Amino acid sequence: MRRLATILPVALFAALLVVFGLALNRDPSKLPSVLIGKPLPAFDLPAVQSGTSGLKSSDFRGQPMLLNVFASWCVACRSEHQMLLELKREGVIVDGIDWKDEAVDGARWLDEQGDPYMNAGNDRTGRAGIDLGVTGVPETFVVDRKGRVRYKHIGPIEREDWTDIIRPLMQRLRAES
Amino acid sequence: MNWRWLFHVAMLSVLVVPAYAVLPDEQLADPKLETRARHISQELRCVVCQNQTIDDSDAELAHDLRVILRERLLAGDTDAQAVSFIVNRYGTYVLLKPPFEQETFFLWLGPFLVLAAGGAVVVFYLRGRSAVAHMTEKALSADEHARLAGLLEQRDAT
Repeated sequence: MRRLATILPVALFAALLVVFGLALNRDPSKLPSVLIGKPLPAFDLPAVQSGTSGLKSSDFRGQPMLLNVFASWCVACRSEHQMLLELKREGVIVDGIDWKDEAVDGARWLDEQGDPYMNAGNDRTGRAGIDLGVTGVPETFVVDRKGRVRYKHIGPIEREDWTDIIRPLMQRLRAES
Repeated sequence: MNWRWLFHVAMLSVLVVPAYAVLPDEQLADPKLETRARHISQELRCVVCQNQTIDDSDAELAHDLRVILRERLLAGDTDAQAVSFIVNRYGTYVLLKPPFEQETFFLWLGPFLVLAAGGAVVVFYLRGRSAVAHMTEKALSADEHARLAGLLEQRDAT
């Protein structure tokens, strides 16, 4: 009994330390997506660059793809862009939504920085992004061959995000029938 | 000191009203609907600046959500339907009054569990103490009684 009375507070304190320590590494701005496992919400967006096709939710069929939400006014997207261009060279299919942006600005961005997207649609009002639960840019969704959202990455894709999380996931999704 | 000037400032300060993020062009013409919209948006968390409501927040996304909320109400949604429109996109995290469900079990019941645990500790502690007190009482043997009597006698004698 006496021993318990001395051990218990220490044990509780240690447990609190663990909980707080874990919470330190958790970024509360990264909201879990409610879309995981669900089909993409329907959207049909006009093209960012004239002469190209726009982007529809029904385009996400047949094979796993990435859906990257970006904007020309977004600083973090600039740092992510090289990674996306690299993914394109690797043969990964990335589609883009130009969120809360004028199409001309988005088009200029793609002209200057290079275009990593197979299709890119302009979401000037931001409504398609809101349907996707986007809280900011960049965000990237992994969509499986049936058009269901399987993963959401918040913030720019760093190399480790790609090699450790997204690439293995896409390989698994490719193996799914 | 110019008292009249001070009086004017005091009178002007009466006119100060709290500033809200809700812009005039967002507001609905129907005061009833607008009141409902304001009420709902005070219960929804802004996902950009997370400790503000979308009613308070100047974030652009909060503005968009206020507009969407009002569109839903205009379209005839009930308050609950309008709220679930946003929850369906951003999750229950946006509800500043979280619902009681499996995920929020510890959030709601945690304080009571801690209280119960604390109560248990107090009960055990008090019981332990009375047990100890009990034991010492019993432990006074016949020898000790005799010694105590001797000591008392000694004291009385002096």
